[in-house]
Amino acid sequence: MDLKTLTYLIVGLSFVIYIAIAIWAKASTTGEFYVAGKGVNPVINGMATAADWMSAASFISMAGVIALLGYDGSVYLMGWSGGFVLLALLIAPYLRKFGKFTVPEFIGDRFESKLAKIVAVICLIFISFTYIAGQMRGVGIVFSRFLEVPIGVGLIIGMSVVFIYAVLGGMKGITYTQVAQYCVLIFAYTVPAIFIAFQLTGIAVPQVAFGAQIKNESIFLLQKLDQIVTSLGFNEYTSSSRGMIDTFCITAALMIGTAGMPHVLVRFFTVPKVKDARNSVGWALLFISILYLTAPAVGSMARLNLIETIQIGQVGEAEGNITYAERPNWFKTWEQTGLLEFNDLNNDGRIQYYYDANPEFSEQAKSFGWEGNELSVDPDIMVLANPEIANLPNWVIALIAAGGIAAALSTAAGLLLVISAAISHDLLKGLLIPKISEKNELLAGRIAATFTIFIAGLLGYYPPAFVAQVVAFAFGLAAASLFPTILLGIFNKRVNYQGAISGMIVGLMFTYLYIESYKGLFLRWIGSPWFENTTENWLFGISPEGIGVIGLLLNISITLIVSYSTKPPSESAIALVDKIRYPKNI
Amino acid sequence: MVNNESKKKYWKDNIKLVCSCLLIWFLVSLGFSVLLVDILNSFSFFGFKLGFWFAQQGSVITFIIIIFFYAYKMNKLDKKYNLEEE
Repeated sequence: MDLKTLTYLIVGLSFVIYIAIAIWAKASTTGEFYVAGKGVNPVINGMATAADWMSAASFISMAGVIALLGYDGSVYLMGWSGGFVLLALLIAPYLRKFGKFTVPEFIGDRFESKLAKIVAVICLIFISFTYIAGQMRGVGIVFSRFLEVPIGVGLIIGMSVVFIYAVLGGMKGITYTQVAQYCVLIFAYTVPAIFIAFQLTGIAVPQVAFGAQIKNESIFLLQKLDQIVTSLGFNEYTSSSRGMIDTFCITAALMIGTAGMPHVLVRFFTVPKVKDARNSVGWALLFISILYLTAPAVGSMARLNLIETIQIGQVGEAEGNITYAERPNWFKTWEQTGLLEFNDLNNDGRIQYYYDANPEFSEQAKSFGWEGNELSVDPDIMVLANPEIANLPNWVIALIAAGGIAAALSTAAGLLLVISAAISHDLLKGLLIPKISEKNELLAGRIAATFTIFIAGLLGYYPPAFVAQVVAFAFGLAAASLFPTILLGIFNKRVNYQGAISGMIVGLMFTYLYIESYKGLFLRWIGSPWFENTTENWLFGISPEGIGVIGLLLNISITLIVSYSTKPPSESAIALVDKIRYPKNI
Repeated sequence: MVNNESKKKYWKDNIKLVCSCLLIWFLVSLGFSVLLVDILNSFSFFGFKLGFWFAQQGSVITFIIIIFFYAYKMNKLDKKYNLEEE
């Protein structure tokens, strides 16, 4: 069977499974629609959270980004996993004990303020829409790349599948579909990794092979990689090239932002007990780590494979680089997609891949007759081309397609649900029509989900300028707005609505304006970014990716100052804090 | 019956546990893997430089252990103070 038929077959089969699950898990109450009836087993919830969390970017891009950045790529690994510690210790059990449906609902009840709730809804919608735009773009790209359909058609297929199981099944449908999606994506990710690890080192466990010696050579994989990249002018793979303060702030901002992501927070509303919420975060991170601990191993091996394909002999010798005519087949395949681009600058018919922005090495390269780096590599190739580089059978390549699509769809569905819950539950039932019947609220939730899918699809088709800034923006905002407010609401009884609202607004505005000033988001039409995005221009040397930490500190200081200089919160707000702090109702 | 005294003690024990867990969390991720990475990199751990290993493997593994440890300890605290959810 040829690759295309096989891909259609495997992807089609996975869709049939998702839809079958959706029909089986149809939601019939608002409780089932928003929080799966609070009856999800903690291990199952952990697995669903893992699929929810790992997006198309985690699946396709993470290993490649680490491959190109080396040590500097660790900020994503630690940031996107370390946040779960904060979630387990500081947030999840308490939100579960609170026992209602949404994050804005908690903020509204704790601070006894509709305004606080509205500010929380605005933060949530900002964060989730930024994130979902990136996901839908991912869905379109995965479809067009693997199924060879135009991006628009890919988007419509993706939207229809999500529509069926998210609108019909709500959180219940999404949860059980995500379990299936987790299995598909983790299998697709680890199989090629195991093969590649075995080929390079003779050890089939990628995490062990990562620190092992190359097969039939007495040199460690990472040592060899360090030698080979530095001989081509790149920074050493295992060392940092970013400022330490910036690395510190980016890691911290990503961790804190992770713990403030609404689509992750809401997952811990779905388990039966406080105890389950604590354990469930552990299971989630365990399932996530299977991919996160494999990704850096894949990254290093893919980087080594790529360079060794091109640099076949000594650096600088005429015969040292492969000729374009002799390039391997996978190279040709991925050239067609534009992920690999060759431009023969010195017209010698050979491929030179090196770091030409390094002035010292660039001088030396000139003496070899090299006139600049000739190969541009899209980081995504490191995962996508792996099965072909390792000569794996076609069904593995088809599996990668199903895995990438599963990763993108599961995250998009999770985000979709928090947006529609914010609209139907927080805005409609909570503020506009408090007397709405359960049946009508459920209907409103489904209509809101339908609208959200439609808007998300449009954002995927006409990606706004900020799609590339998703990481800085969504995580920075979550770190500076939702996380500190929830945290203080639980751990400090003196914090009142005046403090919470001013803190959220200051944290949000500061972080937003900083990112807008250096990267440009919504105000490009009046000339943003206003400053060049370089280390010298940054406040304390902190990049826009890391600025959420300062936003967080600002939020906390303002909240405390304003709270302590105004009236303490009411008896009933304090009683609520007491209720959520203790698992038993007293 | 749960009195105020034991509720206070439960919360104090919880805060202590959270703080010690967060200390380890900070030490392994932002400490070993970022602030002290250059010092740790002078040691090797199998085929890894130690600081690099913490940044790309060790920190994530430690995070999982911290969460399960915290959950185990807290579930025991709930029982000890008779505050388990019914």
